[in-house]
Amino acid sequence: MIENLPLFPAQASGLAGQVDALYFFLIAVSAFFSLLIALLVIVFAIRYRRRAPDDVGAGITGSLQLELLWTIVPFGITMVMFVWGAWVYFALNRPPQAAMEIYVVGKQWMWKVQHPDGQREINELHVPVGRPVKLLMGTEDVIHSFFIPAFRTKFDVVPGKLTTLWFEATKPGRYHLFCAEYCGTKHSAMTGWIEVMEPAAFQAWLSGGAVEGSLASRGERLFQDLACHTCHMPDSQGRGPVLDGLFGKRVQLQDGRTVTADENYLRESIVLPQAKIVAGYQPLMPTFQGLISEEGLLQLIAYIKTLGPKAPGTSEAPEGSPAGGRTADPSTGSGSSRAQSRDERERAGVGPRERK
Amino acid sequence: MLDTARTRNYINAEYGVMSWLLTRDHKRIALLYLGSITTFFALGGLFAVAIRLELLTPAGDLVQSETYNKLFTMHGVIMVFFFLIPSIPATLGNFLIPIMIGAKDLAFPKLNLLSWYIYMIGGTFTMWAVISGGVDTGWTFYTPYSSAVSNTHVVATALGVFITGFSSILTGLNFIVTIHRMRAPGMTWFRMPLFVWSHYATSLIMVLGTPVIAITVLLVFAERVLKLCIFDAACGGDPVLFQHLFWFYSHPAVYIMVLPGMGVISELVAAFSRKNVFGYSFVAFASLAIAVLGFLVWGHHMFVSSQSVYAGMIFSILSFMVGIPSAVKVFNWTATLYKGSISWEAPMLYAFGFIGLFTIGGLTGLFLATLGLDVHVHDTYFIVAHFHYIMVGGTIMAYLGGLHYWWPKITGRLYPEGWAKFAALVVFVGFNLTFFPQFIVGYLGMPRRYHAYPEEFQVLNVMSSAGASILGVGYLIPLVYFFWSMRYGPRSGANPWGAKGLEWDIASPPITENFVETPVVTEGAYAYTHGRMNVV
Amino acid sequence: MSSAQTGTSAAHAHHPAQAHHFDSLEQQQEASTLGMWVFLANEVMFFGGLLMAYLVYRTWHPDAFAAGSAHLDIPLGAINTAVLIFSSLTMALAVHAAQTSWRRGQIVFILLTIALGTTFLVIKGFEYADKFTHHLVPGPHFEWPDEKLRAPVQMFYSLYFALTGLHALHMVVGIGIMLWLLWMARRGRFSAQYYSPVEVSGLYWHFVDIVWIFLFPLLYLIGAHVRHV
Repeated sequence: MIENLPLFPAQASGLAGQVDALYFFLIAVSAFFSLLIALLVIVFAIRYRRRAPDDVGAGITGSLQLELLWTIVPFGITMVMFVWGAWVYFALNRPPQAAMEIYVVGKQWMWKVQHPDGQREINELHVPVGRPVKLLMGTEDVIHSFFIPAFRTKFDVVPGKLTTLWFEATKPGRYHLFCAEYCGTKHSAMTGWIEVMEPAAFQAWLSGGAVEGSLASRGERLFQDLACHTCHMPDSQGRGPVLDGLFGKRVQLQDGRTVTADENYLRESIVLPQAKIVAGYQPLMPTFQGLISEEGLLQLIAYIKTLGPKAPGTSEAPEGSPAGGRTADPSTGSGSSRAQSRDERERAGVGPRERK
Repeated sequence: MLDTARTRNYINAEYGVMSWLLTRDHKRIALLYLGSITTFFALGGLFAVAIRLELLTPAGDLVQSETYNKLFTMHGVIMVFFFLIPSIPATLGNFLIPIMIGAKDLAFPKLNLLSWYIYMIGGTFTMWAVISGGVDTGWTFYTPYSSAVSNTHVVATALGVFITGFSSILTGLNFIVTIHRMRAPGMTWFRMPLFVWSHYATSLIMVLGTPVIAITVLLVFAERVLKLCIFDAACGGDPVLFQHLFWFYSHPAVYIMVLPGMGVISELVAAFSRKNVFGYSFVAFASLAIAVLGFLVWGHHMFVSSQSVYAGMIFSILSFMVGIPSAVKVFNWTATLYKGSISWEAPMLYAFGFIGLFTIGGLTGLFLATLGLDVHVHDTYFIVAHFHYIMVGGTIMAYLGGLHYWWPKITGRLYPEGWAKFAALVVFVGFNLTFFPQFIVGYLGMPRRYHAYPEEFQVLNVMSSAGASILGVGYLIPLVYFFWSMRYGPRSGANPWGAKGLEWDIASPPITENFVETPVVTEGAYAYTHGRMNVV
Repeated sequence: MSSAQTGTSAAHAHHPAQAHHFDSLEQQQEASTLGMWVFLANEVMFFGGLLMAYLVYRTWHPDAFAAGSAHLDIPLGAINTAVLIFSSLTMALAVHAAQTSWRRGQIVFILLTIALGTTFLVIKGFEYADKFTHHLVPGPHFEWPDEKLRAPVQMFYSLYFALTGLHALHMVVGIGIMLWLLWMARRGRFSAQYYSPVEVSGLYWHFVDIVWIFLFPLLYLIGAHVRHV
């Protein structure tokens, strides 16, 4: 039984080994100091045990050198721990650019996973070995935490925002997934499995599913259904900022700030549009808080990320008068089939939906 | 039952229940607290027994999930707010601080009594919540689960915690003013026992930190009852703001829980080595440093909460720094033993245990300050093991050591030394068997607050539960013999240990006014080299 | 660094207000003053938590906070500020009257302080009633014409009620303390030898006043400074 008693989870990610190395360093330092103190206490307690009932101890009061020694040495050791720990922490928090993205939504009491090409999973996450994977995560209700012990990483999902976690799996296998933030009755049942597969097997698995179409295509459907396209047009003609090529760019806001259009910016703009008004635009966008689920938000974000650039460089305020007073230009000829259908709809007289 | 000694003392000065319930004597108030705290400890301990029984098997088969979630919540709430935070200050601190500085009582005796009543009222609210169905948010009350989702008695528990917080604040206020203004002639700051220094530092935290959790639980109450919007994302609030406000108090709170214990250890190590504490002023300043730095590290509970990585770095480096003064204390206590005259009575055994276990617990704190490592072990049993090493291996051992050391002074009776040594050993063994496996199972990935767990974690959980049963026995033994000693224990003289300190110059038990004449202090604490010690 | 203390507890004639565990009345008065300062430090942290929440949310939603603030009645708030500042004056005069053993002055100034404090609460009551009428109380009945700003404006009002409510509660306690002081003053308890209850209550009163002086600009005066580009 003892030999079957594991002390460490499998090391199944690129960073797991680094976390374990840090762990061993700390164990070594801790073992050294605990044993030292224990030994000293035991030795002194025996060596200086009271002989006569009225004995007293020696008249020693202190030593500045010793105080300095045992302040400075621990300080030095802890600073090494700090630097090393911070270095690993940054690595854990900085996904590589080329990481493949997968979307996760936590809810009481399950994890819903969506692959970009449409594959959906519940409480399971299939990933290929040897490729960095970045999870973009949200929650539908309370705080949960996505924890994979074999990868030595976790991150909370927080209501009202999106969080990320990344890893690169290095060993095929099946690894525990746990919810690590108490979330109510079935917190301990909110568990699952990470399936790490060889690349070929992963491709095969991917192509076996995706009945409803990719994440982005579902997002495009939402984009149309919710009439986002009536204000957000591809060529500065709409009342809202252009979304093509927006993702990842710097955006100038009305109050002078400049922010990066990342996933959280997109999410906030949908549910709390007045928080960051783009310079040159009116605060006209209605809020979709409560009208779109977390999954829907992720689909929209996935879709917007696929919108290629139409205008080069920074997303700018439209020239001339504010957007509200602009008249629609005639169709600019060839473009994507998508833009044509939008113009066709305009000419067909289907105007922007009025909102209260 | 307590005492019918031939001489007048604070116990037999007046008889009758009302003379206790309306007392202003700090010593009697300390005993009132002793009774309540022991009761709450027993209740919190029963919840712990239930938890460890459930965790014997991987499946959730002893109780339902809802029940289990309430068990660990109430274990935490009761142990933190109704046992650990008041324990040493309200019992030993109340009893000893005036005596140790040569005063007749605390600065505000009536306020002291009010503190106890406030504590009892807060406890009543929480007990009502426990009895009428419990609360299941975890003692940390994270929103939005606690403010918008849980359908258990969050409001009553929040109110209970809110009210009891004022008990803590008023005790701290009393101690601060007493230490500043009521010291006897000649009792300068640097002649005070380290027990007083550590309680001074603790009181600073009580006064400045507790109001923040008070307002935080009040806001949770307001969200639930008055439908105010503060922490719920659905109405524009931020759940992480709750975490900041909560931990801003709850981290310093752990120093409220451990600093008094450290003060006890300083006294025990000095008395049972009959030697001055090595580096007295360093130990005194270390207490203050812990109190100040302790307010700056709360974000180390939130490294994966979505706070910025740069905030994480600042909290990490500060968390390492707050560990240094604790290390300095451990080294100083160890150095005190060198060339001491060491006796192995039960209080000293508890002190040895504290030094070892607090060292391990404190070192595992470094694991958690280490950013890259904390990501993995956060919210696992590694954390549970860490804080139990400090709270149980540290504070409770110090509390037991202090109770044994000052028991003759408080009651005028001696406890049975043989049983006490035995119980100390049982506690030490049981404690380590309970909590060391939790470090391992935590690194393996077992999350905390799990009702059911994967099978591969069972062996370690069984070890832990076995240890808990031994630990429980270890706690029951002193309960029995302390009660026994109050009636049948041999009477004690003024100074059974041959120790230095103003409390050992007066009768056991003391008279109500503590001193017949206000002492005039001419030497520092622990001045053992001035002549041999007589056991009286 | 020992404090000024007299010697033993041998029989001595001491002031009737001196408690037996103190060596002198001076020690007792020093203790109660220090105690009140420590308590006020605690109160600063109590309000501080709320102000922290205010700080965070106002930084994130400046427009919504400005819009919410615009609905607060600045003239009434300003009158209340003046009322409280004036009540601190009457309180200080009451302390002075105690220090100079002027019994009539104590009674008059404490009464004035009570009257002013009550005025403050009455005006606050009118303001709260107005909020109820205009559906500005957070909760299921909260209404705000601009749907987009509804959530953060409700946050503003949550903080408005929490902050001013907590402050009003402290005012009520303060008036209670004043009534007790009044009763003691009428019985001639305070004099140049013994006035610390008045002084210490004065400290509390001034603190509650200072809190309001922070709340007034933070809650009422936001709107004027926000300009749209």
